[in-house]
Amino acid sequence: MTLAEAREGQRFRILLLPNRDIRAQAIRFGISEGEQVTCTAIIPGGPIIVTKNRQEIAIGRGLARKIAVEPIASPSSLKSPVRRHFYGLPRP
Amino acid sequence: MACHDLNQQLNIPPGVRKIVLAGNPNVGKSVFFNAFTGLYVDVSNFPGTTLEISHARVGNDVVLDTPGVYGVSSFNEEEKVARDVIMEADVVINVVDAVHLERDLFLTQQIIDMGIPMVLALNMIDEAKRQGIKIDVKKMEELLGVPVIPTVAIKNVGLEEVKKAVARARIGNALPELQEMLPLVEKKTRTRAEALLILEGDPFIAARCRMKPLDRQEEIYLARRRRVDAIVAAVVQENPSGASWKTSLSRWMMHPLTGIPLLILTLGILYEFIGVFVAQTVVSITEEGIMQGYYEPFIRTLIGSIIPASSIPGTLLIGEFGLLTMTVTYILGLLLPLVLGFYLSLSALEDSGYLPRIAVLVDRMLMRLGLNGRGIIPIILGFGCVTAATITTRLLGTPRERRIATFLLAMTIPCSAQLAVITSMLSRLGPGYTFLYVFLIAVIFVLTGTILNWILPGKPSDLLIDIPPLRFPRPINVLKKTATRTKNFIQEATPLFAVGALLIGTLQVTGLLETLQNWLSPVTVNWLQLPKETATAFIMGFVRRDFGAAGLYSLALTPAQSVVALVTITIFVPCIASALMIFKERGWREGIIIWPTILILAFLIGGLISQLLI
Repeated sequence: MTLAEAREGQRFRILLLPNRDIRAQAIRFGISEGEQVTCTAIIPGGPIIVTKNRQEIAIGRGLARKIAVEPIASPSSLKSPVRRHFYGLPRP
Repeated sequence: MACHDLNQQLNIPPGVRKIVLAGNPNVGKSVFFNAFTGLYVDVSNFPGTTLEISHARVGNDVVLDTPGVYGVSSFNEEEKVARDVIMEADVVINVVDAVHLERDLFLTQQIIDMGIPMVLALNMIDEAKRQGIKIDVKKMEELLGVPVIPTVAIKNVGLEEVKKAVARARIGNALPELQEMLPLVEKKTRTRAEALLILEGDPFIAARCRMKPLDRQEEIYLARRRRVDAIVAAVVQENPSGASWKTSLSRWMMHPLTGIPLLILTLGILYEFIGVFVAQTVVSITEEGIMQGYYEPFIRTLIGSIIPASSIPGTLLIGEFGLLTMTVTYILGLLLPLVLGFYLSLSALEDSGYLPRIAVLVDRMLMRLGLNGRGIIPIILGFGCVTAATITTRLLGTPRERRIATFLLAMTIPCSAQLAVITSMLSRLGPGYTFLYVFLIAVIFVLTGTILNWILPGKPSDLLIDIPPLRFPRPINVLKKTATRTKNFIQEATPLFAVGALLIGTLQVTGLLETLQNWLSPVTVNWLQLPKETATAFIMGFVRRDFGAAGLYSLALTPAQSVVALVTITIFVPCIASALMIFKERGWREGIIIWPTILILAFLIGGLISQLLI
């Protein structure tokens, strides 16, 4: 399904972002493929608002139609300890 | 080999340390800049672009401000400028918003990866505390590898510490992934920053270094995102506070059912403030009372005693369009209060975080006119001053959008000075004709946008914006912003008006003004069905839009004729200042197309309405 079909309050995993530029800009705001976001508002006919932590991002409807997402039931586990170790970060 | 040289472009002597302020939009860089540099600041156009860079000498250092960006690359003009300035930095002071670390640290990590010594100013730490966000500064310093100083810039907290920390600036901990990627490219470039940006596929830097851009951007960006998220998870502790009234207000602002009434209410308040209070009450004191009442008679007597007022230099200096009379009165008596009032409202709006929410609200409607939601910002500004609004079309993403917005502004948006005259004329005619005028202009606005969207190649770009939290604007911050902007605007506008006044003065002295009036009269009388004298109003409209409208005020017109004349004068070519601004922003080639097109359209549409109404 695409982000344009989202319902308010639903939680998703982003599967596919359309093009290079959009992907790069979205990553800066904190959304990348594989990331989990919540749809917090849908403006009728207009943009979709997604939230990751405290960061809110408005995505135009046209763009939302090109973003593939999958709904997830429950929030997933924390970031894996292996990855944290790789960045020299303390284990949780 | 130096791929690029900023020192020459900005006139920085060799051997001076360059301290660059960098950060996301609206994190408080300007407050830092002002605090660091005091009052004596040079604002110069960055070479080859329309963007301005503030820089100031402080001792043996030069401090440079950069446009707010989310990352360093070349997505738009701001980023290209920020990129070039950051790449040349000896030290970067990275200002981040403590409430938005996930977003802001992306740029931080990128600058660290570029290998530039950095100090991190963790700004708005008070706001973070209020929202229940706790940040472990020590751990953050350790993970990033650069000094981290908590600050509250607007309250002057921590600024001295940041200044001192510049001496401790370090190159931070770069992404481990880069260790294997960088060395290959680094051999062929002058700096590590260049190598990184070439890896990230920046075509401009690659071309400068005579290399091909590489395609590792996504890989690097994703790794950077993961690292930033991991750092944030390690240093931020949060006590989630439930949905507050701000969250609800934010939703109301963006949802059409509640958002449109809220927008109308806001615009109404702004109109009452700028269009009624400033444009009428304040301006009548400053323009008519002070400037025309005291200043003009004084300067006329003074200059008149040296040069006869009726001579050619006399007319140019103190005549109807004189340099010392009209120009000065216009700038100090009319423009200054209007621009002040306008920037005051705008800065408050900006600081509150309402503008991006308006952009979300109108995105759907503006897409049909070839703009995305962000296009609303220059349009709202246009009702204040079309000249200033034309500058802000820079914030739109593509040249196509800037073109459409500039054209719509020039053609359909009356500025506040003109609105004041138009409202007073319409109020004599009653609500029916007022509605007719508003309806006609709205139809022209929508039609123009739709047609431009249709004929210009390409499509409107999709909205992808970050929505900042709603904040109550801080008066001191708003006042400072207003003061800087007003100063810059007046500095930029004054020479334009002087040139304009001189031009019209010359036309008057040489008798060309009358010739032009006669030449225009067949159009006005036959096609527009207006009295012959209307031609004068149109010529005046070149100098100042509201002069044109004011010229109509004294004529005896039927209500229908008034509407025709007002619609024509609204569409009619913008004042000299905004016309010159269009040329400056869009370039001569486009300006030469836009300007006469609007002129012809004004008479064409005015005439059509005249044929229908009269």
